[in-house]
Amino acid sequence: MKKSDIGMIVVLAALVVLPFVYREPYHLHLMVLILIWSFAYTSWSMMGRFGLVSLGHGGFMGVGAYVTALLWNYFGLSPWIGIPFALVAAGILALVVGYPCFRFRITGHYFVLVTLALSGIVLQVITATRDYTGGSLGYTPARATGSSIGSRILALQFDDKATWYLIALLVWLVGLLIWRLIDRSMTRYALEAISEDEDAAAAAGVNVTAEKLKITLISALMTAFAGAMYCQYQMFISPDTVSGIAVSLQMVFAAIVGGLYVALGPTVGAIITILLAETLRIGFGTGAVGWDNLIYGVLLVLFIIFLPQGILGSLLERFRARRKLVRWI
Amino acid sequence: MQAFLDIFDIYLLEAVLNGILLGGVLALLALGLNLIFGVIDVTWICYAELVMIGMYAMYYLVQYFGVSYFIAAPLTILLVAALGALLHYLVIAPLLTAPPINQLLATGGVLFILQSFATVAFGIDFRNLGIRLPILTIGDMNFSYARLLSFAAALIGMVVVYLFMTRTFTGTAIRAIAQDRQIMALMGVDAKKIYLITSALGGALAGLAACLLVLQYDVHPFVGLTFGPITFLICVLGGLGNFIGGFIASFVLAEIISLGGLFSDLEWGYVFAFGFFMVMMFIRPAGLLARRR
Repeated sequence: MKKSDIGMIVVLAALVVLPFVYREPYHLHLMVLILIWSFAYTSWSMMGRFGLVSLGHGGFMGVGAYVTALLWNYFGLSPWIGIPFALVAAGILALVVGYPCFRFRITGHYFVLVTLALSGIVLQVITATRDYTGGSLGYTPARATGSSIGSRILALQFDDKATWYLIALLVWLVGLLIWRLIDRSMTRYALEAISEDEDAAAAAGVNVTAEKLKITLISALMTAFAGAMYCQYQMFISPDTVSGIAVSLQMVFAAIVGGLYVALGPTVGAIITILLAETLRIGFGTGAVGWDNLIYGVLLVLFIIFLPQGILGSLLERFRARRKLVRWI
Repeated sequence: MQAFLDIFDIYLLEAVLNGILLGGVLALLALGLNLIFGVIDVTWICYAELVMIGMYAMYYLVQYFGVSYFIAAPLTILLVAALGALLHYLVIAPLLTAPPINQLLATGGVLFILQSFATVAFGIDFRNLGIRLPILTIGDMNFSYARLLSFAAALIGMVVVYLFMTRTFTGTAIRAIAQDRQIMALMGVDAKKIYLITSALGGALAGLAACLLVLQYDVHPFVGLTFGPITFLICVLGGLGNFIGGFIASFVLAEIISLGGLFSDLEWGYVFAFGFFMVMMFIRPAGLLARRR
């Protein structure tokens, strides 16, 4: 066993044990939020790292959250069944938008703007069907009846922060695992070739459309799952928090600040953005409205100009020259 | 039954005409965005937010400083033009050699900055100019003068831009650079200067749109999100950088929104427009007027 493997296991064990020793609800709440959003940002980066910049992920997240909540409220369908439905819906959406885009070689600006339209559509549909979804006022999944453990698990609603922490930790780890699997697959090389030069990749025998669709589908499903998780945890969703262009841009921002090309980059991005927002909220109260986004915006512009690899990406690059320690990250 | 049909037709006609009026303003917005894309090869995601800043400028000039509307309008246009040039100078120019996606995302950051700046500086209240223009009634149809005025001003603005682009040396240089950015440097055209002028021009068009939209809509920090996405759709639908395509697409989408809004809520009008856009991406991925290769 290598030194870095042991370090990795120690960190993991510490993360798992944490809620059993440390039970401060507010801090656990922050950790859960960071884990869920890290998962969402990681799923965005799955595409983003190959030059497929999507501003439609707010749409996938919205579908994941709203379909799960609506099925629960109107049909009494447990999230255990509702979430798969939501994933199927998001997957279909991804295919419907992705296929023509990739088939007809819609890349670069065009791809960004088409996906922007997607999050616009989802937002407008949620607002337009306000009789069912509550529109811009938001929507709350109904509380589970009965307080037995069985009904709580069935409804996927837990009051206990520690439970949620463990669930979110698991989801986050699975996200990193998927990243790692893709990182080591042929798909990664195919997609890197595509992002360099589509025609050359196609000439070399890469099925451009299929490879792009594959990664889009994975990314969209993961994002929708993140939306469903967020909905179950917060028990309140509104178009502003899980859908629309602002959420899409927020994903882009966090992924870029953290580092788009390294597995833990989006997680670093989530830590920075959420801690920044919370610090401002506590420090300035309601006077902080808008300031967090102002700082995000300035940081985003500065990062893109001066540090396009992101914080973690740039740090790792510097380290990598010296040691092989960062193999795991 | 006959009476019902008569009424229905009047409403339909009214919706069609209102769609045309809406299309005029959308065409103005699309023109500015297309101009910048065609010449600098950059998409300003924050374009609608520039319009929002312009609307606030109008609001403060007219409401707080008591400037008359017709003096405030040129001031606003100048201000937003300066903002456009500044945006280019500070954000786009350092990124000109970076991958195009980075430029687009950087303007996404500017979108955050402008929106939250407006939230911090002006608050999230809805504000309006307090100018109520009369309603024009023809037969049973109602049109607001604000819309008619906007439509006329948008058309005049577009004609002015057209004349500038075709009749002046600078305009010719702008069009030439849109065609071939490498060669023009050899022909003695200062690309940096042209980029800056184009950005200012794009900003000025956003400013003009702001002066017109402030007559019809309340200003709030997120007002850009209501017509920003639709402007991008129009530009993509018409083919990015294609002025005539953008012009036609504006009216097509405006009609869809207006007619969709007639049959149900306005949001559904937007949903239909988005849906139409998606279908068109299947059929004509490179824009309405693109030739099939």
